[in-house]
Amino acid sequence: MNKNYLVSLLAVIGLFVIAWVGSAIGLKWLFGIVIPYAALVVFVAGVWRKVMGWARSPVPFRIPTTCGQQKTMPWIKQAAIENPSTKGGVFVRMLLEILAFRSLFRNTRMKMREGKLSYNLEIFLWVGALAFHYAFLTTLVRHLRFFTEPIPSWVSLIEKVDSFFRVEIMYDPIHFGLPGIYVSGLVLLAAVTYLFLRRLFVRPVRYISLASDYFPLFLIMGIALTGIFMRYFTKVDITSIKELTMGLVTFHWSIPEGIGNLFFVHLFFVSVLLAYFPFSKLMHMGGVFLSPTRNLTANTREVRHVNPWNYPVKVHTYEAYEDEFREKMIEAGLPVEKMPEPKPEEPKEEKE
Amino acid sequence: MNDKKYILGGLLIFIVLFAFPFWFNLGKAAPAPNPVLSEKAKAAGKCVMPTEFMRAEHMKLLGMWRRSVVRHAKREFINPEGKQYTMSLQNTCLNCHDNKAKFCDKCHDYASVDVYCWDCHIDKSKGEE
Repeated sequence: MNKNYLVSLLAVIGLFVIAWVGSAIGLKWLFGIVIPYAALVVFVAGVWRKVMGWARSPVPFRIPTTCGQQKTMPWIKQAAIENPSTKGGVFVRMLLEILAFRSLFRNTRMKMREGKLSYNLEIFLWVGALAFHYAFLTTLVRHLRFFTEPIPSWVSLIEKVDSFFRVEIMYDPIHFGLPGIYVSGLVLLAAVTYLFLRRLFVRPVRYISLASDYFPLFLIMGIALTGIFMRYFTKVDITSIKELTMGLVTFHWSIPEGIGNLFFVHLFFVSVLLAYFPFSKLMHMGGVFLSPTRNLTANTREVRHVNPWNYPVKVHTYEAYEDEFREKMIEAGLPVEKMPEPKPEEPKEEKE
Repeated sequence: MNDKKYILGGLLIFIVLFAFPFWFNLGKAAPAPNPVLSEKAKAAGKCVMPTEFMRAEHMKLLGMWRRSVVRHAKREFINPEGKQYTMSLQNTCLNCHDNKAKFCDKCHDYASVDVYCWDCHIDKSKGEE
């Protein structure tokens, strides 16, 4: 037992109960209209505030973390993407980071093997994260069918690709696969479950996991589960639901009859996720673009980076110091950089 | 430092993309579809199962019917009220709901549901025209 995940689990169960009871006692307008709008406003305003806060934060110097040879002599090969010295290199590096999670791919695990310490490639975090994020993106995009009329062809196309596999299990105790199976929803649930189990069973990861790590995982698990339940098991009247969701985006609100409580739980979970987003680790969605350890060129030796808000400091250079004290230094027998001019006065004295 | 304008640009692009459903549907009314019941269906007054069940779960019922007919050659369906029907899309369902375009397609198009019934079955209403 661990209070971090227990608290998060209880919080998500609490949210489930709130939404279920709320819609059961007739507060459907609250959970179907008011809360989604409020969540949307909180999300947009929160993301705006956070990102603009980052934009205000000074990054005067180059602090990229690099994983390869910096640009140097022409006969030493530079790692142009791992240690980019040009904006193009940075662009490719960021593209790989954002689309392919390159730095997760470097994940290693330390192990004692035959009494020796060894580092092994640990690829499953990367695989799980890729599966999770792309499944989530696909799920998000195909939900546009509830928010657009007419439905754009690219949404239908993604939906068709997503429901490519047709598995139908039609027995009396169990029906599954009608309507057609979306792979993304199942992959999303599997990946989020993996990411949770990883935190639970890998001891070093469990040690650094907090309630704020578990809560979004449980919340997303709840979203995926309620969605899967509505689609494949308990069934909902999809036309009424689209009536509601279209009402939200066209500002012609309506709460049609006959929408089950589970739908309001699903919608409430999504609203909570949206509202929670800007105040949590989930802001890595925006943060990944603004990581100074990734998005700066590593040209610290090529270009002198001067702190741009340096005020002019009055300096007393060594040259000026020596000019001031040269005679005294020579008198005291201290070495000087510049010997005084051969004194023209001495021969004059001899003449006189 | 002077990256603020790029960050602001990126943020605006994100918000515009995120608000896609709002501006995409701007000024368009999206009335809920209203599938037309034929005279025969109106006369019958009720479907093989209650309307709420049919709205949400007809695909399941049709799947079960298909399995029963194709795998087990059993064509009798007795509903909870005790009334007997023949399991047949062509002869039972489409007997009342005789116009695919005015009935089935209305909601399926609205919710972007791509049914494969018509891969095998004939849309009679179209054939007669």
